[in-house]
Amino acid sequence: MSVQLFADLSVFVLSLLLGFEVIGRVPTTLHTPLMSAANAVHGIVLAGALLITLSADDALGYALVFVTAAFAAMNVVGGYVVTDRMLEMFRPPRGEPR
Amino acid sequence: MSAFDLVIRLVYLAVATCFVLGLHLMNSPVTARRGNLLSAAAMAAGVAATAVVLVHAATVRPWAWAALAAGAALGSGAGLLLARRVRMTAMPQLVSLFNAVGGGAAALIGVHDFTLHVSGTHGASLPVVLDVLIGAVTFSGSLVAAGKLQGVVPSHPILFPGARALTAVLVLAMAGASILLLTGNGGLAAFAVLAVAALGFGVSMVAPIGGADMPVVISLLNAFTGTAVAMAGFALGNGVLITAGALVGASGTILTKLMADAMNRSLTAIIAGGFGTGDDKPIEGPAGQGRVRSLSADDAAIQLAYATRVVVIPGYGLAAAQAQHQLHELAQLLEQRGVRVSYAVHPVAGRMPGHMNVLLAEAGVPYPQLADMENANAAMPQTDVAFVVGANDVVNPAARRPGTAVSGMPIIDADRAKSVIVIKRSMGHGYAGIDNELYTDPRTGMYFADAKRALGEITAAVKVLVG
Repeated sequence: MSVQLFADLSVFVLSLLLGFEVIGRVPTTLHTPLMSAANAVHGIVLAGALLITLSADDALGYALVFVTAAFAAMNVVGGYVVTDRMLEMFRPPRGEPR
Repeated sequence: MSAFDLVIRLVYLAVATCFVLGLHLMNSPVTARRGNLLSAAAMAAGVAATAVVLVHAATVRPWAWAALAAGAALGSGAGLLLARRVRMTAMPQLVSLFNAVGGGAAALIGVHDFTLHVSGTHGASLPVVLDVLIGAVTFSGSLVAAGKLQGVVPSHPILFPGARALTAVLVLAMAGASILLLTGNGGLAAFAVLAVAALGFGVSMVAPIGGADMPVVISLLNAFTGTAVAMAGFALGNGVLITAGALVGASGTILTKLMADAMNRSLTAIIAGGFGTGDDKPIEGPAGQGRVRSLSADDAAIQLAYATRVVVIPGYGLAAAQAQHQLHELAQLLEQRGVRVSYAVHPVAGRMPGHMNVLLAEAGVPYPQLADMENANAAMPQTDVAFVVGANDVVNPAARRPGTAVSGMPIIDADRAKSVIVIKRSMGHGYAGIDNELYTDPRTGMYFADAKRALGEITAAVKVLVG
């Protein structure tokens, strides 16, 4: 096992544990926006779509870049916009400032 | 490490930190919106930093830039349009669709990595194999789930002779192809078998699962997408993808467990499938054992209007009838009379975790009135009327006794309120398929109608009553 792979694995395991700690505290009221927000976070795969352009040098490569970028961009843009739309609806009691 | 690398890595670290903080801010409705914006800003920074890496490398072919720009523009446009237009009741299928494309993108990154050295017999690394495997399962599985929720694919469990055998064959094919690739003996054929079998497995995994189990399935697929993205991160050697993917994997896993517990079902039983359609079979008029007391709209109006404290327990029937706006109108009318109204929301009410809260928030219910199960149950003995709208199994007191289909399931204690009003289309069984003893309780009045019509009639009756 390379040093890099071991470092990546450590990041993965610790991020999982951190995720359990942080997300376990979210109230049930917000579980749908939470899931939608988490969905948007995995839109970071868009950065991966960018990185594969570095080695795309034939028609197949370009096609893969195109579809990957389209999928990832839809995920990230749609995910954040719809989460914001939902959270905007969670309003405080009447009369209190937002 | 060059200065350039260092700056990029620091930006990535900040991005990962902001993702965690953004999710942390989701723990209160007051800060949640800010959390989402922080996360979105971090995402923009992460993508921008990656674009800078590409420009800096200066080796990206013009056609690759064009493909990237065209794909990103098309995807952003489609995502924006869907996100703006979607109805809140259709939220589960949209989340499922975003899951599908996220998983699909992760799988394609693995495919690209493999195609870079496609000639001859060679293997693939474990992250690439897992990335393609999990990504492809998520892609096809989420599409089937979205189709079921949208009604394009029948929501009842789809079972056919030999379905189990087919699934077993697909699992064997995936395992065989993975072993060949990992030991360096595979080639393009093994890789193709892996991808196709994984796509097939996604379909055969979700198709036999009934509509009512969807909250669990969506959560599970969400966890899968996160894991697939993390694997893509391993394949690309990119830490942000690993962190973000792991966070989503954790969130999906937590929600899957919560949903399975709240439905009183083991994950294995749900995946094994063939159970739960999500819709009651309409049986005409009152039926079943025990005596049931039917209420008129006037009876219900009097009971509600003269109560001090009313707890509304909304269920799937309310969402199905899209009657959340009518419910809020009635609640506001009661509040004007000085009645204290709150909402007790069961974790699985709706079609995805927490879905009912979004529907009520959309109708204008302020979030402090949305009580979770624990708080609602603590206040139940001081409640004059528990007003059950389209919920069934989640208020069945039989859950407290052993030996029934709902035993051990956490429920909202509607039967501990001083009186109960239930709006329901018929005496049809809920998803667990058993009688609900709450309906035959002497303190319970039943109002048989579709939730939308019933709430309209009761609201009209309250208006007449209080002039």
